[in-house]
Amino acid sequence: MKAPSFAYWKPRSLPEALELLARPGAKILAGGQSLIPSLNMRLSSPELLVDITGLPGLSKIEFRKETARIGALTTHAQIETSPEIAKQVPLLAAAARHVAHPAIRNRGTLGGSLALADPAAEYPACAVALQASIVVASRKGERRVKADDFFRGLFETDLKPGEILVAVEFPTGGRSAFFELARRQGDYAIVGLAAHDSRFVFFGVGGTPVLVNTRKSLDETKAAVKKELDPPADLYHSSATKLHLAGVLLERAWNTLSTSR
Amino acid sequence: MEHALDITLTVNGTQVSRRVAPRVHLVDFLREELGLTGSHIGCEHGVCGACTIRVNGAIVRGCLMLAVQANGCSVDTIEGLSDSGELKDLQKAFHEKNALQCGFCTPGMLMAAQDLVLKNRKPTREEIREHISGNYCRCTGYQAIVDAIEEVIQTKVTYGKG
Repeated sequence: MKAPSFAYWKPRSLPEALELLARPGAKILAGGQSLIPSLNMRLSSPELLVDITGLPGLSKIEFRKETARIGALTTHAQIETSPEIAKQVPLLAAAARHVAHPAIRNRGTLGGSLALADPAAEYPACAVALQASIVVASRKGERRVKADDFFRGLFETDLKPGEILVAVEFPTGGRSAFFELARRQGDYAIVGLAAHDSRFVFFGVGGTPVLVNTRKSLDETKAAVKKELDPPADLYHSSATKLHLAGVLLERAWNTLSTSR
Repeated sequence: MEHALDITLTVNGTQVSRRVAPRVHLVDFLREELGLTGSHIGCEHGVCGACTIRVNGAIVRGCLMLAVQANGCSVDTIEGLSDSGELKDLQKAFHEKNALQCGFCTPGMLMAAQDLVLKNRKPTREEIREHISGNYCRCTGYQAIVDAIEEVIQTKVTYGKG
């Protein structure tokens, strides 16, 4: 289908963008790889699209002491191919190649994925596993939200109306593993797991990423997964199947983490 | 609320300027405004890959980008890549390996395949499949498509042309 009518504006500065966002029915357009399908399917009908891809400084990748600050407009393709990200935040680099397909990864953005908070998306789980900080700008200034507090529910985040997610700060180092099961490469996850040090974060198993902290042994952690996860069934997989697959991924991640020690 | 915007972009090497409504997708703009109907429209929500085009050198979904977002960009379509001879080897291999039947997916498939060829690596069959995972073909079962792409890449690597 075709998108409904809307106005379009491409601001050149953050203050201008925040001004436009205050207008009724305004919505942010970044990579558009989730927003435009929802427009095409008439699931969304904003009055104004504020295209933030012209804002300066939002696609920067900076490495500071023990932190990688990645601009919201950084695309999945950039994350996938950056040698620096592969070295400093390998979990994110490993996740990027599971995000949809090459043509979509060329436009979809890190900030867009986190702001949308699709329950089957890779980056929210990575952000929680890595205990990232999400940097948000509004007309009142900038604030940081811990990833643990950012994802509130199904497609629901801590972002308030008029705010723009501008960057994410990821701690560097540590050991990580990323696994995802999908029916076809690039499809939405049946179950996925982003693991970092002692944190196992599952996605595709509920409204938000689900954190399970490591226990003393694999068996105890597996038991914790069975207890703490309650995945809803999808069209093809029952809740029990998903729970079983979560256990399979846990075992793979556990083995990867213990051999890379 | 909607207002038309003036855009200027380069399509297959030629600069074009038009006034478009913001809701118009880039692929609709190419097909209806410029008559470049080689880029096909399948699902219109980013699943099938039939509308794959190149914007500033990177393949994208023509149905997941607005024409106004392409303002100032350089866009290449199947027509441009075919006329320039860039796709010559892939087209020949697709023909010889019977890598198409109805041909609806072929323009998008060739754009995705050429993207992999340009990466100048020697991918495994599995990696070829991964690269075209965003392009549906409902006729061939993909085997012949992978054969064709594999042959072109192997030839390039063997003769050092790539």
